[in-house]
Amino acid sequence: MTFPNPLDVREATASRQGSDRAASSAKSSVVVEARKLSLVYPTADKPVTALSEVDLTIARGDFVSLIGPSGCGKTTLLRVIADLERPTSGHIVIEGMTPEQARLKRLYGYVFQAPALYPWRTVERNVMLPLEIMGIARAERQARAREQLERVGLSGFERKFPWQLSGGMQQRVSIARALALQPDLLLMDEPFGALDEITRDHLNLHLTQLWRATGKTCVFVTHSIAEAVFLSTRIVVMSPRPGRILDVIDCDSLPRERKLEIRESPEFAAIAHRVREGLKEGHSYDD
Amino acid sequence: MSDLVTNPYRTSLRSAADWGLVAIALPALAALALPLGVQNGAVLGWFGGSMAPLFLIGVVLAVVAGASAPKRVWGAWAELAGVALAWLLPLHLLNEGLDLSAGWGLWLFLVAATLLLWRVMGVLAGMPGWTRSVVVPGLFGLGLLVGWEVLVRGFQVPAILLPPPSRIAAALAANAPVLWDDFRQTVLTSVLRGYVMGCGAGFMVAILADRVPFLARGLLPLGNLASAIPVVGIAPIMVMWFGFDWQSKAAVIVVMTFFPMLINTLAGLGNSERIQLDLMRSYAAGYGRTLVKLRLPNALPFLFNGLKINSTLALIGAIVAEFFGTPVVGMGFRISTEVARMNLDIVWATIAVAALTGSGFYGALAVLERVTTAWHPSMRQR
Repeated sequence: MTFPNPLDVREATASRQGSDRAASSAKSSVVVEARKLSLVYPTADKPVTALSEVDLTIARGDFVSLIGPSGCGKTTLLRVIADLERPTSGHIVIEGMTPEQARLKRLYGYVFQAPALYPWRTVERNVMLPLEIMGIARAERQARAREQLERVGLSGFERKFPWQLSGGMQQRVSIARALALQPDLLLMDEPFGALDEITRDHLNLHLTQLWRATGKTCVFVTHSIAEAVFLSTRIVVMSPRPGRILDVIDCDSLPRERKLEIRESPEFAAIAHRVREGLKEGHSYDD
Repeated sequence: MSDLVTNPYRTSLRSAADWGLVAIALPALAALALPLGVQNGAVLGWFGGSMAPLFLIGVVLAVVAGASAPKRVWGAWAELAGVALAWLLPLHLLNEGLDLSAGWGLWLFLVAATLLLWRVMGVLAGMPGWTRSVVVPGLFGLGLLVGWEVLVRGFQVPAILLPPPSRIAAALAANAPVLWDDFRQTVLTSVLRGYVMGCGAGFMVAILADRVPFLARGLLPLGNLASAIPVVGIAPIMVMWFGFDWQSKAAVIVVMTFFPMLINTLAGLGNSERIQLDLMRSYAAGYGRTLVKLRLPNALPFLFNGLKINSTLALIGAIVAEFFGTPVVGMGFRISTEVARMNLDIVWATIAVAALTGSGFYGALAVLERVTTAWHPSMRQR
């Protein structure tokens, strides 16, 4: 196995061994830090290890993709960060807090695989939902909802119901809803997995522009190599049974401003190749 | 030639004649050869001195106007006038004192008129808006009532077995004050109070049982048990416990409506998807917020299901319970006493009031459901 860039090797090894370097440097620059994180589901016949000794550090402003085949624990890892699952062992710190504290402080916005919009609410009132729960005043709620809908290009659809919109538009509403919380951390679980490729390209472009404009930290779960390389500053390659991290790839060779054309560049191809090699390695281990 | 271009499938035969109309006209023509009825012991034909030919001319004119109308819908309305005229004929003859029970010509004619009505309804049911949603069911109901009236009077069915609708309406009008008192006692007092108490208790216990799992586990088998209890068994016991007045009726209704509401509410509360619940959790929304903002709206279709089932159960429960003791007023009391006195007109009038009340109650709930759950897939785009 060859690595095209020696810098990447250093970074990957550092991450794999537990990112003491990142932790010791500037504490405020680290948003998520996981160490020896494991999660075991008890099932009827034998326990399933969804996560095994995962070490991961996510720096502020990063766009990190978790990629791997189904069952590799990428969604589980995201849900642990969001405190939707509890790890069975290991440590995880979000902005210096436990995941539960971070959730109760509403530090993150979560975009699910499905839009999960409430059909009895209009588009605008769906985006206002988290703000209602936070107890924000009505006028402010509406202003923020309108602002976020404009940001995802859905001005004029405020009074529509979710089921009157296409799948891609629904998912954009759910992104606007996550953004309305104004979180520093955006967690996305295969948000475009159910969409066709043309819509997906369009939304990927939209998302990368959004990320650059807002400077948020994003954690993005996907099983598409092209999508991961296109969006990410770092790619975490995972492997199933037990769910673990195989490789962490830096995408510094790509410019921070991503346009669809970069997918034709040799740098893009090199990173995609390395991700594919990593995924292959995970599979051969399995067989 | 141009017709062939615009519609290549049209055959010449089809465009030449309206075969449906011909199929209706044939029995109508045959009917003219058969008698209308019997007057003063003598068989009366179509042209034997009655007003029948005038009706006949009217019907023919209406059908001709219908067939030659430029639009199919206008034609349908003209044909509908013909149908109405055809069905008015037996009512006119009955008022003239004819015995229609052997008037096979008339009955065959009415069969043809009914076929014509079928044709008209087929056209009207394809219309958008009010015509389809209100006029068609309204005409259907009216048709049933007129058919009932004509058949019962024409074949001289004894009123004790089945009175014609006109007689029921007359009894309704004549006994309006008594029936209003019954309605107030049974519906406005017993049913409404029992319904609100039964459904309210079922709903609240369901919320509690959702929070405390052992309650749900313990109560649901009891629900099956309770739904198997016959009203006639529980009603006399409730009358003994709570006395003759509305309280015992309300108690019967509570027993009947509590479990359907409980079961439907519990099912509704379990109807939220995992992903929707996760979303609320990610917003740090507590139990109460999740209940109000997510789970109850999701449960609405189930709640309405329970409320609709209970609306009919409550009315039945109150009326049956009144058989087992009541102050001398109430719909159940009226039915039981007037049956014993063979005053079946009043019994039928009370049944009509109960039927109208029940469908009105159900209809109001259905409208409310449509307004509040317009978002639900089963209600969309109607």
